[in-house]
Amino acid sequence: MSAPSPVELDEPVTDDLTVTAKPWVTIVWNDPVNLMSYVTYVFRSYFGYDKKKAEKLMMEVHKDGRSAVSSGSREEMERDVQAMHGYGLWATLEKQG
Amino acid sequence: MSAFSYQRRGKQIAATFTGFEADLLRSLAAQLIELLHDESALPQQAIDPFEAMLDFSGPTTEPDDPVLARLFPTAYRDDEDAAGEFRRFTEGTLREGKTAGASAIIAALEEAGLPPELEEDGLIIDVELDRAEAEVWMRSFTDLRLALATRLGIEEDDEDFWDQLDDEDPRGQVYGIYQWLGYLQETLVESLVRAA
Repeated sequence: MSAPSPVELDEPVTDDLTVTAKPWVTIVWNDPVNLMSYVTYVFRSYFGYDKKKAEKLMMEVHKDGRSAVSSGSREEMERDVQAMHGYGLWATLEKQG
Repeated sequence: MSAFSYQRRGKQIAATFTGFEADLLRSLAAQLIELLHDESALPQQAIDPFEAMLDFSGPTTEPDDPVLARLFPTAYRDDEDAAGEFRRFTEGTLREGKTAGASAIIAALEEAGLPPELEEDGLIIDVELDRAEAEVWMRSFTDLRLALATRLGIEEDDEDFWDQLDDEDPRGQVYGIYQWLGYLQETLVESLVRAA
């Protein structure tokens, strides 16, 4: 990407806003049991993600050991974690780092 | 080997099991239900029915049994109080959901003709599930696989160890059942993707 010329720019506040609006994340952890196809299916059907995004998150779980699969308020993330436990995925929630 | 497949015409997800396979599935599901009722899963029975109705509390600490601990993981890694609160409000509901799933498998197998005691040889059990039912089976297969894997101590990429076990080794037999469930699960997921 090319560097922008130094014209007057507004303060880049969007990042801060995003962090304030979605301070919590749901983390899904790798486990040796759940099938890759199943984890992808869960991400698609529960979160409504398209195939590409669901597969990307699944591969992150598989390769990196964990992936942040959703973000939002603490209550929303507790709901997502509970749902993941219902599906047998190992999930936790934490404050966005 | 039996597998699930999507029947385009009837829009159903179907599988054919031998009597032995259906009986094995029923027995695994029944064991899971029994385990899910173990420990102080549900609020302690209060003697006073009025108190019992007001008691919405669930457990706040991780179950001792490693299978239950895996099925109901600690949601907050660094905050014991928050983890306890989360557990208090969710574990009872999750246990009920998983119990209902395993019960649905048993009910469907029996409805498809699996007798209370399997005696007859050559019995064939045809199961047909709609999408919602297939999802319930898929989730419950996950619970069954997690339970077996936890009991066996399965780890990442340890297939070679299990494959070289002696035929007489009971762990090898359990691993065979675990793999069979994995195969059923894989075909069930494929069928659900095709049915979508």
